[in-house]
Amino acid sequence: MDFLVMNEGFPLLSVLIFLPLFGALVAMFVPSEQAARIWSLVITTATALLSIPLYTGFSAGTAKFQFAEHHPWIPLWNINYTLGIDGISLLLILLTTIIMPFCVLASWRYIATRVRAFMVCLMVMECAMIGVFAALDFVLFYILWEAMLIPMYLIIGIWGGPRKVYASIKFFIYTLAGSVMLLVAIIALYLSSAPHTFSIPALMGGNYSSTFQILVFLAFFLAFAIKVPMFPFHTWLPAAHVEAPTAGSVILASILLKMGTYGFLRFCLPITPLATMTLMPYVLWLSVVAILYGGFTALAQKDMKKLIAYSSVGHMGFVTLGIFVLNKAGIEGAILQMINHGVTTGALFLCVGMIYERTHSRELAQATGIGKQMPIFVTFLAFFSLSSLAFPGTNSFVGEFLILAGGFGRNMIITACAVPGAILAAAYMLRMLQKVIWGGVDNPKHSLLDLNTREIVTLAPFLLFVFWIGLGPEPFLSVMHTSVAHLLEQVGAAKATAVAGLLP
Amino acid sequence: MKLMLFAPELILLLGSLLIFLFTLKNDAKNSRNTAIAVGVAASLVCLFALNQSGSLFYKAYQVDLFSQLFKTLIAMAMTVVLIFGGELKDITPRMKPEYYLFLILSGLGLMMLVSSVELITLFVALELSSFSLYLMVPMRDDRKGLRSQMEAGIKYILFAVMATGIMLFGMSYLFGITGTTYLSEIAPRLKDLIKEPAAIVGIAMILSGFLFKLAVFPFHFWVPDVYQGASNETTSFIASVPKLGAVAILIRITMLAAPEGMAVVKMLAIFAVCSMFYGNLAALVQKDIKRLLGFSGIAHAGFVLLGLLTLKQEGYATSIFYIVGYVLMNMACFLVLCTVSKTGENVEIADLSGLYKRSPLMAFTLATGMMALAGIPPFVGFVGKFMLMAGALQADHLTLVILAALNTAIAIYYYLSILKVTYCDAPTSTDALEVGFATKAISLILIAAIITMGVNPSPMLEIANRAVAAIL
Repeated sequence: MDFLVMNEGFPLLSVLIFLPLFGALVAMFVPSEQAARIWSLVITTATALLSIPLYTGFSAGTAKFQFAEHHPWIPLWNINYTLGIDGISLLLILLTTIIMPFCVLASWRYIATRVRAFMVCLMVMECAMIGVFAALDFVLFYILWEAMLIPMYLIIGIWGGPRKVYASIKFFIYTLAGSVMLLVAIIALYLSSAPHTFSIPALMGGNYSSTFQILVFLAFFLAFAIKVPMFPFHTWLPAAHVEAPTAGSVILASILLKMGTYGFLRFCLPITPLATMTLMPYVLWLSVVAILYGGFTALAQKDMKKLIAYSSVGHMGFVTLGIFVLNKAGIEGAILQMINHGVTTGALFLCVGMIYERTHSRELAQATGIGKQMPIFVTFLAFFSLSSLAFPGTNSFVGEFLILAGGFGRNMIITACAVPGAILAAAYMLRMLQKVIWGGVDNPKHSLLDLNTREIVTLAPFLLFVFWIGLGPEPFLSVMHTSVAHLLEQVGAAKATAVAGLLP
Repeated sequence: MKLMLFAPELILLLGSLLIFLFTLKNDAKNSRNTAIAVGVAASLVCLFALNQSGSLFYKAYQVDLFSQLFKTLIAMAMTVVLIFGGELKDITPRMKPEYYLFLILSGLGLMMLVSSVELITLFVALELSSFSLYLMVPMRDDRKGLRSQMEAGIKYILFAVMATGIMLFGMSYLFGITGTTYLSEIAPRLKDLIKEPAAIVGIAMILSGFLFKLAVFPFHFWVPDVYQGASNETTSFIASVPKLGAVAILIRITMLAAPEGMAVVKMLAIFAVCSMFYGNLAALVQKDIKRLLGFSGIAHAGFVLLGLLTLKQEGYATSIFYIVGYVLMNMACFLVLCTVSKTGENVEIADLSGLYKRSPLMAFTLATGMMALAGIPPFVGFVGKFMLMAGALQADHLTLVILAALNTAIAIYYYLSILKVTYCDAPTSTDALEVGFATKAISLILIAAIITMGVNPSPMLEIANRAVAAIL
């Protein structure tokens, strides 16, 4: 247990996980739909405020898991309820808690039927998502990882667009089918450890044979690559994004996709370092393919949500590229880019949702020229688009710069192949901006109202983070230095042991 | 206090005699009340007698934690089926009292089965429970003159007689090579003989009788037609309660093969894989929900075998855990079917469309049951599957575990498509569904049990472990 810094007193992480669940239980019985909206806003905001002490109380000097909690759960199998966060999961938890209130706000008018059930789904989602990032026991992790699927399935399947049934089933089956082998790998790891344990930190740096590592890595990889989603496992994403309601799209883009890359960082690298090193080139090439494929496909989209969905494939390609170059700049850039993508793409989906609420269409052709009628809206849209194409001064620039810097340190050719992805991003984002702002003045025919206060309040914090991370990324980077260094140490140590084993 | 040892069975026996009196007057209402009262009383007495131990009838009848645990579960499951079965919408009116009589007798047979430790007693108890079931299947009301219930009944009895015949043949082998019919005496003598083909064939043939009850491939042929042809209430019973008894005896019989009987293990492993693939693939294309649940039951039976074939205490305990979980989630699904079906007709998947709007509680019960069957956390199905797979992997059955994991992925599709219909489709009929108070209470209890056992499996697992330890 020396890898945990136990939390004394207030069980902050548990409260963060169970407060939304409690909120969901209460929300089932609130008298009116308006009350359900307000109640869930209160709960998600309270969770967001409660999560701030995680950052202020976080000690950046240690790679141990902090705010840790540990209780026996199923003693017979040595399954424990273990929670804890390090520099990698801290920012992701904060991202989750801070985005959720805005998801509630974005659903205020958008969701008109079965509001109570929707809010219950949102809060159950939040509980599971925070839990996934905080879990330090494999079984707990897997349970929350799978439990997330049901509310998300319902969010897409009940409140989604015309092809919601197809999209929701595809989402569910794809993700679940990918993770059944993860379960087998988890059990195999449990059996190969002595004494048998499901504790994630205890399984790191184990002395597993390279064949075993490769098999476990592949099982992990399938589950996480589908979640990211990496090319060629990405086909569920555009369908799910297009059909999901705004809040569903935001959660998908901002948080769910990060779980795949979080999985790589938390499991693949430290638990199967030898396999990571062996298979690294293939993953890097897959990332490059995803960057280019996502960029080109986004360039050809007529539906704005699809465009952003494919741009996500490209952006997440940068993240996996950063993770698997296995150096400090690359991984830190990747973690920062995970946050950036959460902020920027989440905001872009909110923007598209706002257009959709007015024109009831997500077609680019239907949205041309609304710049004239909605000046405040297009201002926001322009900044988020610039952020998405990694314009200097915005958050994504810092992330992509670090990733590319790390990439060139690892492999010139692969990274050079990824650079056109950045240009493609500029091409498709500017194409969208150009159409929406200057696409013509005769369309749409009826006049549109500009953003109201609720919508401005929803978007403004995202803009704040775009510039905060873009201009002063140090508060975000400083918390992850030690954890990333420790992670690289774990990977490097395995390499040293492996080499030593080859010597006579 | 020998009386206490036999008290649960006595209650059922006396209850069935009382119901017999009501059948003479054709008094359906009192029969039902008596049946439920007997069920509740038996459950309570079983709970009270949980820690009894001793033996009866020249040691042919063993009472220990193992048997008492199963008796409790059987009594409770039977009571639940009785309650949500309601007024038996789909049973020929003049046969309703008899139906209750046979249902109680079948429960009695199962209770005796789990205590039997002698081959002939085992056989008698099994037949008592089976014959009652053979009679319950054709009692369905023949409204359309299709006589599908008769077809189901005949299929059931013919297949069952075959399986029973093979089982008796196997018993004769064991008697032949060991010279006794007592399991406790057979076990030590088999230790030296387990490599003999006669012993392996004998065990395998005895297993067939109970694999039939559990509906494991290749003894599954009766399942789809009987499930479809029998009335909803009968199917609810057949699909849940006898499986508890079957698992209990399968544990006793496979113990004979431990620890050397690799031939039996291999056979069970092949049966498990075939059951899972056959059940899940066939379920993908079903339209009738009872047929679908039947095929899914075959797949789940394959999963239960994963625990048995480890031949270890933990494996047996997880099998018990899994079958208890299975009965809970299965009953949750059947409860909804019985409620949705207005006059007792069979329910198609399409009939469930928009159930969410007609009765949120029923839709939620069905969703919980289906997601639990699919093995999604945090429900009991997941923990059960997880522990079965962990146990099998520990016993070096890697291929088997990977195939089982693949099956989980296949199965999701059809469970999910039912969830889709209940929540995402527009309702075909808009009238709200009337759900009785007792049914509501039972469905809430089932949901709570499915979630509790999924989130905190330790208590049930512990008692299952102690139960298995009691007979090792």
